[in-house]
This record gives sequence, C-alpha cells and structure tokens, in this order.
Amino acid sequence: MTATAAATPMVDVRQAHKMFGDLHVLRGVDLTVQPGEVCVVLGPSGSGKSTLLRCLNELEVLTGGSVHLDGELLGYREDSAGRLHRLHPTAIAKQRSRIGMVFQRFHLFPHMTALENVMEAQVQVLKRSKGAARVKAVELLERVGLADRMDHYPAQLSGGQQQRVAIARALAMDPEIMLFDEPTSALDPELVGEVLAVMKDLAAGGMTMVVVTHEIGFAREVADHVVFMDEGVVVEEGAPAAVLDAPREERTKDFLSHVL
Amino acid sequence: MSQSAHADPVPNRIHARAVPRPGRWIAAAVVAVLAAMAIHALATNPAFGWDTVGLYLRDVTVLRGVGWTLVLTVGSMIIGIALAVILAIMRRSDNPVLRSVAWFYIWLFRGTPIWTQLVFWGLISVLYPTLSIGIPFGPEFVTFETQAVITAFWAALLGLGLNEAAYLAEIVRAGLASVDDGQEEAARALGMKESAILRRIVIPQAMRVIVPPLGNETISMLKTTSLVSAVPFTLDLTFATNAIGNRIFEPIPLLIVSAFWYLLITSILMVGQHYLERYYGRGGGGTPRGKGPRKPRTGRQAAIAAAGTAKDDPFLEVTP
Repeated sequence: MTATAAATPMVDVRQAHKMFGDLHVLRGVDLTVQPGEVCVVLGPSGSGKSTLLRCLNELEVLTGGSVHLDGELLGYREDSAGRLHRLHPTAIAKQRSRIGMVFQRFHLFPHMTALENVMEAQVQVLKRSKGAARVKAVELLERVGLADRMDHYPAQLSGGQQQRVAIARALAMDPEIMLFDEPTSALDPELVGEVLAVMKDLAAGGMTMVVVTHEIGFAREVADHVVFMDEGVVVEEGAPAAVLDAPREERTKDFLSHVL
Repeated sequence: MSQSAHADPVPNRIHARAVPRPGRWIAAAVVAVLAAMAIHALATNPAFGWDTVGLYLRDVTVLRGVGWTLVLTVGSMIIGIALAVILAIMRRSDNPVLRSVAWFYIWLFRGTPIWTQLVFWGLISVLYPTLSIGIPFGPEFVTFETQAVITAFWAALLGLGLNEAAYLAEIVRAGLASVDDGQEEAARALGMKESAILRRIVIPQAMRVIVPPLGNETISMLKTTSLVSAVPFTLDLTFATNAIGNRIFEPIPLLIVSAFWYLLITSILMVGQHYLERYYGRGGGGTPRGKGPRKPRTGRQAAIAAAGTAKDDPFLEVTP
C-alpha cells in the first residue's frame, strides 16, 4: 500500500452523494482504491454500500460528487470553464466495459450456455471474432474450474457454479477493476467457499477489486483495505487488522459484534 | 390384492372406499342426453341440407376463398407483428413523443370497431385521391392514384394488420416487461449498447411470454378476416359462401360449409399452437447433463423457464 501511494488511484470517489427521491442514501463518501488493491466494504444493510458500488460503474448516477477511474472522470466531460457535460451513452458503455461487475443474484443470461455467456460481450462490445472470444472464454472457464460445464445452461448449474461463470463473464472484458456486490449472499453455505476461492485467486493475481460482502473472514484474509459504512458515510477505514480487530468507532464495534 | 401383499413395498397400503358422488352420475346423464338431442336435431332436420353441404365443400370458389382467407390471416399477422414490436419498443422509450404516439395509436386502434376501420380503409381513396412521396409540407416528387395503389385487397390487409398491431403491441410490451431487470443491468454493466441489449438479451427471453398468446391472436385473426366485406373485399371464405348461399337460396348449408373450413383451419392452428407452447413453455429444469445429442433450443427455452427471469403467466398484464 505504501509503495503505490504516489500513483494515480484506480478509483477515486470524492464527496459522493446519492438521492433516491427524498431518500439520502450516500451522504458525502470519499473512497480511494489503489491499483492492485483489494478493498472490502462492510456495513449494515441500508448503509449505502451497494449503492456506492453501483455508482462506480454508473448503474446509478451520482446526485453529487465525482468518480474517477484511473484518472478519468466517469460519466461526464469537463469543459475548460469547469462545466460538466453528460457523456453519450456509447461513451458511458465504453467506460463500463472497463469495469467488471459481479452481482448478488448472478444475472447470467439464461438463454445462453456458460460458454456463450462469457463470449457474448466480447463479441458485441469488444468486437472480437467468435473464435477469439471462444478461446478466451474457454481459458477463463477453465480458470474458474468449470471446464466440464461450458455447454450447460445457467439453470443446469449450481449457484456457486453460476457465480463463477458470472466472474468469468466479467473477466472476459479484461477489466481494469472488478466490483463484487455481495457475491456470496445468495449462495447456500457449502457453495460460498468455491466462489471465495476464485476471488482469492484473482486478488493474488493482482486484480484491483472492490468487494461488498458480509464475509468477514474473506476481508481479514484477502483485503488490503477495509471500509466500514453506515448511514451513507464512511465511518472507519484502514488495514483489516485495524478495522476488524481494533475498531475505534462505536458503530463499527457494534456491527462487528453482530456479524462475528 | 391381499394375495400379492408380500410384493407390495408399502406393507400398510390404504384401501378405503371413495366418497360417494351421486351428483356426478346424474350430471353426466343429463349432459349426455342433451348432447344426444343436439346431434339428433342436427342430423335429422332436412333444413340443414347436408347433401348441399357435401356438394359445395370442395367447390372451386369456396376453396379459393379458403386460400384468400389464409393469405389475409398470414399477411395481416406479419404486418401486425412487425408494427407491434416497433410500438412496444416505442412505449418503453425515454422519449415522451415516441411514448405518447405509441400510446395514442394503441388507444385509437383498440378503441374503435374493426368494422369501422375496414370501411375507413376502403374509403381511403375518397379521403385522399392521390398519394405522394416528397418532403413533409414541402415539394412532392412522385404522385400515385390512391385507388391504383391501395386496392381492396391491400385495404383489407392494412386494415386487419394495423388493428392487430395495437393488440399485439400490448402482448409484446408485457413480454418485454416480464424479463427481469437484472438481465438488462448485467448486460449494461458489460458495456453493451441499448440496441444490442434489446436484440440479444431481452427479446429472446420475452419470446417465451409472447409466443403463446400470439397463437390465440392468429386463430382470432382467421375469423376476423370474415369482416373484410366491409372494405369491400369479396374473395374471402365468408363472402364466397354467402354469395353462393344467396344465389341458390340455401344460406344455411353454405354457412355450414364456411364453418367447417374455419373449424378445420383453427384445429390445424391449435395443433401448431400446442407444439409452440410446449416448446416455449415451462419444461422442467433443463435437459439431463451430457446425455445424447443436445437439443439446443429446447434446452434453451427450458433454461429460460427454470431461471425464473420471465413471468410464467403469458396473459399477465394483457387484457385486450
């Protein structure tokens, strides 16, 4: 962490605010994620952690503040007078293709096999040839341990297998960063381990990751940086040992006493 | 039973008497008698003229009428489907002009009788004697005689197709709405463009909900074509049989001839619909793994069904 402090952060969130109607979900969040860092976001439900993650790839549009991805402002172009211009949807789609996202409920395309799921956006977005997309998809599915499940439809796969396909699908875009929105929350307990193993493997490979999860064990073992959110603000952040084992804030202590 | 009890895997199998249901037997007897009376009345009344029915069943004019009715059915469904997809996409649009024009179209064409619309299309050449291609409100490049372009056949086809589009648009819209929002979101997160999301992700899953009511609509259209005399288009089955019936002063046998043909075609369509529904409907949790040659599309539809990303009830939100 200390070595990368001078580099451009991979993600730089400044004073993020998000309103849903009258509901103030994010109330001025600052978050910096360095390249190669694994950042785990913890917090009670309704704390805004999933909303924050969705704002990082513009599935939700911020009401105030900004997100920079590797120094590039997301969603807007800033003119010389400092005014913001919303980007064309095509430009936003292009930015999104650089950010991998894994959902709680997988959201695999049910009418496509595992292989086709991983190929689809490569062909549609990156304009790779079908052959090249297939080679990449096979390689990734082998990497997540699904070499023998490539021709299965999502409905024929277990939850853990589906989530691993979803991870492969996101990785196929060669993303600069991977976002995980409670990737194990919809899984049966015995299937959680296989998904976490794939994520650990990714982290070990140097992927920049932002993970919203309730898996404290994963945070302790894999995270470089733990963020605790409550009521739309970052309450406490730092190294996992500091936040998880010696929290300073009352709310963090209270939350951890409930999950641990 | 008791002799073979040693082979029964359930040693204490229950052998109880059924609840007596005398009402069932009485109801069955009453309905059977009524049905026999109906058949007897049909067969013995000479006014039905069954020999005339047999004579005209394969009459050339009647068969030609069957052909035209099929052409009108298929043609108007094709126009209807194409336009319905456009209308449904317009109704989902962020653009308020597109949304309200689509809403207005559906409101207008569902809200007026098909007979009125067909008469209107028949009179289009009175309203607009010439049609031209040019710049809106500006100069015209080519001009046609309306009567030469929109013949009675095209007026009938357009009238049926444009009306059907309004109904089908609601079915397509319900189909698109039945696809889980997460599907679109996942595609968007991968950087796919809206048009690609619709074409590659949403529409293939919506088909499951759209196809079964489409079968109903086709059967309904087959019979709606009998109204094209409003245009007037005079070659379809109903017009042909009516004309013959009036000419030979035996309208009833000819009504039976046309009813026979409509029933026959409907029955064929019903068989087709049954297979379509089985193909698109819920089919259990997918094909067994890696056994024999994979049937990709059956598995594909079963997979969509099992994923639960589309609602099961095809008629949900569709109330024509």
